[in-house]
Amino acid sequence: MTENTGKVVSINGNLLSVEFDGNVSLNEICFVKVGDTSLKSEVIRIRGKVAQVQVYEMTDGIKCGDTVEFSGDMLCAELGPGLLGQVYDGLQNPLPTLAEQAGWFLERGIYADGLDCEKKWAFTPSAKVGDTVRAGEYIGFVPEGPFAHKIFIPFYLLGNYTVKSIADKGEYTIKETVAVITDERGRDIPVSMSFKWPVKRAVKCYSERLAPVETMETKVRLIDTFFPVAKGGTYCTPGPFGAGKTVLQHTTSKYADVDIVIIAACGERAGEVVETLTEFPELTDPRTGRSLMERTIIICNTSSMPVASREASVYTSVTLAEYYRQMGLNVLLLADSTSRWAQALREMSGRLEEIPGEEAFPAYLESYIAAFYERAGYVRLPDGSTGSVTIGGTVSPAGGNFEEPVTQATLKVVGAFHGLSRERSDARKYPAIDPLISWSKYNGVVEAEKSQLCKNILVHGDEIGSMMKVVGEEGTTLSDYITYLKAEMLDAVYLQQNSFDEVDADCSAARQRYVTDKLIFVLDSDYEIDNKDDARGFFNRLRQKFIDWNYTVFESDAFKTAEGEIDALYREGCGRLKDGE
Amino acid sequence: MNKVYNRIESIIGNVITVRAEGVKYKELAQITTRFGKSLAQVNKIDGDIVSLQVFAGGQGVSTGDEVRFLGHEMRVSFGEDLLGRIFDGSGQPRDRGPALTDNMTAIGGPSVNPTKRILANRMMRTNIPMIDMFNTLVVSQKLPIFSISGEPYNQLLARIAMQAEADVIVLGGMGLKYDDFLYFKEELSKGGALSKTVMFIHTASDPTVECMMIPDMALAVAEQFALQDKDVLVLLTDMTNFADAMKEIAITQEQVPSNRGYPGDLYSQLASRYEKAVDFANSGSVTVLAVTTMPGDDVTHPVPDNTGYITEGQYYLKGGRIEPFGSLSRLKQNVNGKTRKDHRALMDAMIRLYSSYKETLEKKNMGFSMSKWDKKLLKYGELFESRLMSLSVNLSLEDALDTGWEILAECFDKNETGIKSDLTDEFWHNK
Repeated sequence: MTENTGKVVSINGNLLSVEFDGNVSLNEICFVKVGDTSLKSEVIRIRGKVAQVQVYEMTDGIKCGDTVEFSGDMLCAELGPGLLGQVYDGLQNPLPTLAEQAGWFLERGIYADGLDCEKKWAFTPSAKVGDTVRAGEYIGFVPEGPFAHKIFIPFYLLGNYTVKSIADKGEYTIKETVAVITDERGRDIPVSMSFKWPVKRAVKCYSERLAPVETMETKVRLIDTFFPVAKGGTYCTPGPFGAGKTVLQHTTSKYADVDIVIIAACGERAGEVVETLTEFPELTDPRTGRSLMERTIIICNTSSMPVASREASVYTSVTLAEYYRQMGLNVLLLADSTSRWAQALREMSGRLEEIPGEEAFPAYLESYIAAFYERAGYVRLPDGSTGSVTIGGTVSPAGGNFEEPVTQATLKVVGAFHGLSRERSDARKYPAIDPLISWSKYNGVVEAEKSQLCKNILVHGDEIGSMMKVVGEEGTTLSDYITYLKAEMLDAVYLQQNSFDEVDADCSAARQRYVTDKLIFVLDSDYEIDNKDDARGFFNRLRQKFIDWNYTVFESDAFKTAEGEIDALYREGCGRLKDGE
Repeated sequence: MNKVYNRIESIIGNVITVRAEGVKYKELAQITTRFGKSLAQVNKIDGDIVSLQVFAGGQGVSTGDEVRFLGHEMRVSFGEDLLGRIFDGSGQPRDRGPALTDNMTAIGGPSVNPTKRILANRMMRTNIPMIDMFNTLVVSQKLPIFSISGEPYNQLLARIAMQAEADVIVLGGMGLKYDDFLYFKEELSKGGALSKTVMFIHTASDPTVECMMIPDMALAVAEQFALQDKDVLVLLTDMTNFADAMKEIAITQEQVPSNRGYPGDLYSQLASRYEKAVDFANSGSVTVLAVTTMPGDDVTHPVPDNTGYITEGQYYLKGGRIEPFGSLSRLKQNVNGKTRKDHRALMDAMIRLYSSYKETLEKKNMGFSMSKWDKKLLKYGELFESRLMSLSVNLSLEDALDTGWEILAECFDKNETGIKSDLTDEFWHNK
């Protein structure tokens, strides 16, 4: 805390103007004194001797002349062991600790340390005295859940350092010094197991950024096969309310093939966070056999919590993601919903009386969204290993209309687009991703030609479907009708997935490849069927067989039996592959 | 404290400014005009210029009127003696009872710590089959009733108030027509529910600013009852009027509008009210049902649209019925597995058949000939609509399920329903 103070001169919602004397920096944290409490705030604009600050709390009861203390620091996240399994608010206050202190409600002005300062961690040094180290390189590690949590030279240190001393293997708290390093001028700097990093700055302690090529399996067939996401890539999921954005993110957070999942519940319902909190500790992560909560961090700033910390919450989340990426881990950040974050920007912009852009969003909306998604990436770390941050954001467009500014700004910067449609969700099709409008620039788990072939069937089937609405079934040729049925079947047995069924919800890449091959074989065949009723009957039966197949464990006996039944039925329909055979 | 100011600098709409010092943000003031006293609330401070929104409105306020700051924010009295009482938007009694000043609680308090909430898992019975059976209302759920003007939404609310399994009912009326207010009063006292009800009523003829206070007061009272182990049901009508009041004030204060004139924080404002719905671990609960009228039956209008993103589903009132298709209770699966074992299967089957009925009806209207199956569906649809969907039907969940089986048995054979045979064997009504 610096000695620098100021006085409140105007109050408008959660925006204060503060007159100050010394030096104040943009995005500096300050505290407004109201009675016995201090309210955390951030400087967002400076004009002459007046700073405009946004308060992360409700501003009731503040009056002109109240003292403001400037901290000299920007909004920081505390990084170190003990982050996994935590439930934080947008400013990294652990919610369970706040509940112990304040009870039922989130009383304002109560803050708690992001990390437990008392807990001892078993440190194993890996650096030696005399080693040359730089920011972002590690000097040892502690076990945290299933991972070896690396202890870094703080990211903010510039230049080269020499290790002067390093602690022996043993138990230390995060505040104890575990090493002393000397800079080029001979000054000693103590290093502990935790340090702070300003959340609005990207962590760049890596050797190089690589192109995201490896698929991040979500186990959702529609995504992995058709609209895949790469490790280190970005994707967005816009959709009207009730289309299943949150449910889809919820399943992804359970089954995604990554080391760590960070859930940023940004301006959404508290009930959904409660669901995750109740459910996750009970579930096991198939990759480690441990509780799913041990690989999860929840940053929750629900819709009724103060708006300014909603804006901070996405930055806090992505900073934690980058920190674990630095350990060579694959991290998935799920932000629900980025529209609420954009609305927080809009509210602040309105109070600042900035000239509004489209739908009153600020003119810098696009660059902020781009800067956020650009913090994703697949990188090579100083020790040669690789790590990634993948960002998936939901968008809640007003009226379900994708033309609005947040969706459009997001689409410009992401690598995959999973557009949810009201029609599909009304028809109870899960996931409600519309295959006709979605796209992805990443590699999927099946070859591109194969997924293209399936997409073509869907497009063709849709065209025939709309035509049929006009001319009726009678006016459609048999071959068109069969194509239509094929598209319907592909949708029913492959695109749709039962997220409540343990087997079906967790569809591995190997299984996806196997099933697509079988499907393509079936869909790319001609059938000796001579009327529409028979055709419908045949494909209905085939569809049922495929759905039953989906519920069997991959490569089990039941799986093989069900596959045999499909083959038998295929022969019954006298299917023949096109082009010979 | 309690300084008096005699010089009002500006009066624009319902907002006045005075030069004053030491005033707190959101503090209340009392303004004495030639028409009497009114409350006003500070909503902006710029140096010594303090803006206040006058509850009774700006009409007739003179630049020489007296403004006295009260030193506290908007509060509402809380206690058992609230039950059976009716208040207006500034917290004053609307009935002939005494003003209550004990145990004052601030309104619009902080939100509940998510780690102190529990997963919603108790059903709230209303004896309305379209709710209990098809879109079960769950304790601590927040649900809007989307409706167009002219639909009997207030009748529906009054029925729910009388029949719902709640310890306390808090009714918040915003922009209510005076006859509707009288209707609520009469119905609740006729039904004997008045003694467990608190009403905060703003009628259409009352000043706009008071409209904005109603949800906060209703929810603050509800929250206090919930902390005393009570299951509270909050009924709000109509949230569109609340949003419009917000719009009016925002525009008066020259805020940049975002969408169709509504302020940019519409979502946050609505959310901070709806999120008061809660099930406290080891204590009571608040359930919120709020009417949202959709101008022009347009669900993409900013108010229903933002509401839909906040709430846990919606009831869609159309043609005097709760529509089975537009309506959704997102939390129903938390409870409907525990009611009766045929509940889910019967619900799914009946909706599926009703959807086939709708298709058949369309075909019929287009002049296609009706097959035997079509005729069965037509009969089914009619029975379903008259015996279960009509808002006049009053049945417990169990009776509604039995009625459902009865309808199926009258129209179909067992195997035509698509219900698992062990259930049809047990529940099928043999004539």
